[in-house]
Amino acid sequence: MAGLFTHQLRDALATLGRLSRQPVATFLTVGVIGIALALPAGLQLLVEGGRGLAGSWNDLRDFSVYLKPGTGIDKARELSASIGGHEEILDVRLIEADSALAEFGADPAFGEALRALKENPLPHTLVVRPRPEATPEQLDNLQAELGARPEVDLVQLDTQWLMRLAAILEVLRRGIWIAAVLLVAAVIFIVGNTIRLDIQNRRQEIEVSKLLGATDAFVRRPFLYIGFWYGLLGGLLALLLLGIALLLLQGPLGRLAALYGADFAGFGVGLRTLLGVLGAGVASGCAGAWLAVSRHLSAIEPRV
Amino acid sequence: MIRLDKVTKLYRGGHEALREVSLDINPGELIFLTGHSGAGKSTILKLLALIERPTRGQLLVDGRNVGRMPAREIPAYRRQVGMVFQDHKLLDDRPAFDNVALPLIIAGLGRREIEKRVRAALDQVGLLDKERQVPLALSAGEQQRVGIARAVVARPRLLIADEPTGNLDAALSLEIMQVFRRFNEVGVTMVIATHDLALASRISGRHVALDHGRILDDGSGRS
Ligand SMILES: Nc1ncnc2c1ncn2[C@@H]1O[C@H](COP(=O)(O)OP(=O)(O)OP(=O)(O)O)[C@@H](O)[C@H]1O
Ligand SMILES: [Mg+2]
Repeated sequence: MAGLFTHQLRDALATLGRLSRQPVATFLTVGVIGIALALPAGLQLLVEGGRGLAGSWNDLRDFSVYLKPGTGIDKARELSASIGGHEEILDVRLIEADSALAEFGADPAFGEALRALKENPLPHTLVVRPRPEATPEQLDNLQAELGARPEVDLVQLDTQWLMRLAAILEVLRRGIWIAAVLLVAAVIFIVGNTIRLDIQNRRQEIEVSKLLGATDAFVRRPFLYIGFWYGLLGGLLALLLLGIALLLLQGPLGRLAALYGADFAGFGVGLRTLLGVLGAGVASGCAGAWLAVSRHLSAIEPRV
Repeated sequence: MIRLDKVTKLYRGGHEALREVSLDINPGELIFLTGHSGAGKSTILKLLALIERPTRGQLLVDGRNVGRMPAREIPAYRRQVGMVFQDHKLLDDRPAFDNVALPLIIAGLGRREIEKRVRAALDQVGLLDKERQVPLALSAGEQQRVGIARAVVARPRLLIADEPTGNLDAALSLEIMQVFRRFNEVGVTMVIATHDLALASRISGRHVALDHGRILDDGSGRS
């Protein structure tokens, strides 16, 4: 078993050596694969980052529930507790009418006018903070439900822009998936075609090997390894390109996030992206090689 | 023991290249297949290498009809058959050493063993000092000797050669035939097709004469 493994390893390294003997051709193929893989992965990272940003604008998703004037403070507390029990809601803060008045009264612009009134015109207000993972649709439903309560006068929630953002991100996400599928298909074709040419160039070697008793598996193996290496090297190049792109974007993105007061965690290439890109590279490289090999290799029979 | 038993070969298009050919090839024999162009010499060799299959009749190796052998077993069968071609079929971009090593790599031998056996084979054909040369840097006779070294290196039970001297002048041809003869003397069974009767007659061996797909004289002295 160990012997078989070292055998395979030696074959794998031998094909790597073969690739390194034609550096330009290899670099061109690997370059195209790298770019094709980096593109969807990079866009994916941007969209993930965008979603993270949108999710982190917590205070922008807060909304206010104004209770009907004359609703008692006990009733308000009861309502606050019951709303707080909702699963989409992280936190509910009750602003009592008196403290709202005091706050406003401290403001020189309102103070005078408010003091002229006999009664406190402000209602009790609940400031509701949804959980970050709550979708705009859920918030909309929540708004309708809260608005239907007899004690509630008005729910002020502006989810329109959030919905739009989410919709745009969803379109982008789908678009990236489609692009990713197409680009992976392109990688398969590139590798397949490169190996098809390689098979043609090695026709003599393949024929002679078959005459000397080489099995199909023996003849196939180096080409499959080449597909593997193309995929792996292409994946590594894609990660390198992603790293460079993110380094260039780090500054501007940080400033953008700061402008929105979002806690910006950065757009690192996470383990998932790393494995995803390498996995997609290796899988499509092997698939391309397999396609080429199964279509073109069996056609080569020794002619004497 | 290898036996062709009433083997008929029809090529696609219906041309009858062999008609009910029966031939025994005994271990250790050196057989020359002679005959006019189109007599069926190459066809017999292609059958022995399972490059072609008999249309009728049996090709028996140790009693087994390999003529009906499933395709997946053919590689293992071919590893027991060394082949030498008129155009030698060496890989032009590999040095002599790598060319001779190919059958051993295919057989899955270890590096040490491969080096030992390749050097021994190159030594036997007198080319040990040329192991780093690519075929183009070798003379025609040297190329053919590399071809022979490749054919014997894996110690096949049968060696077949199709017009191995077809591209060589008379002196070189004789030299190559003597190389074959030496391998035969150490026990390699051989079937060599040649249209050069004069050359074949200078080497001791069994002469099988073909004519229009039939055996005129199988050289066993029985016909
Ligand atoms: N692949 C093929 N398809 C059709 N006919 C073939 C094929 N190979 C050989 N033949 C025919 O079979 C007959 C025997 O051919 P073969 O090659 O065995 O002759 P040969 O004795 O080797 O001749 P030469 O000395 O010219 O090499 C010839 O008439 C040839 O035209
Ligand atoms: Mg012939």
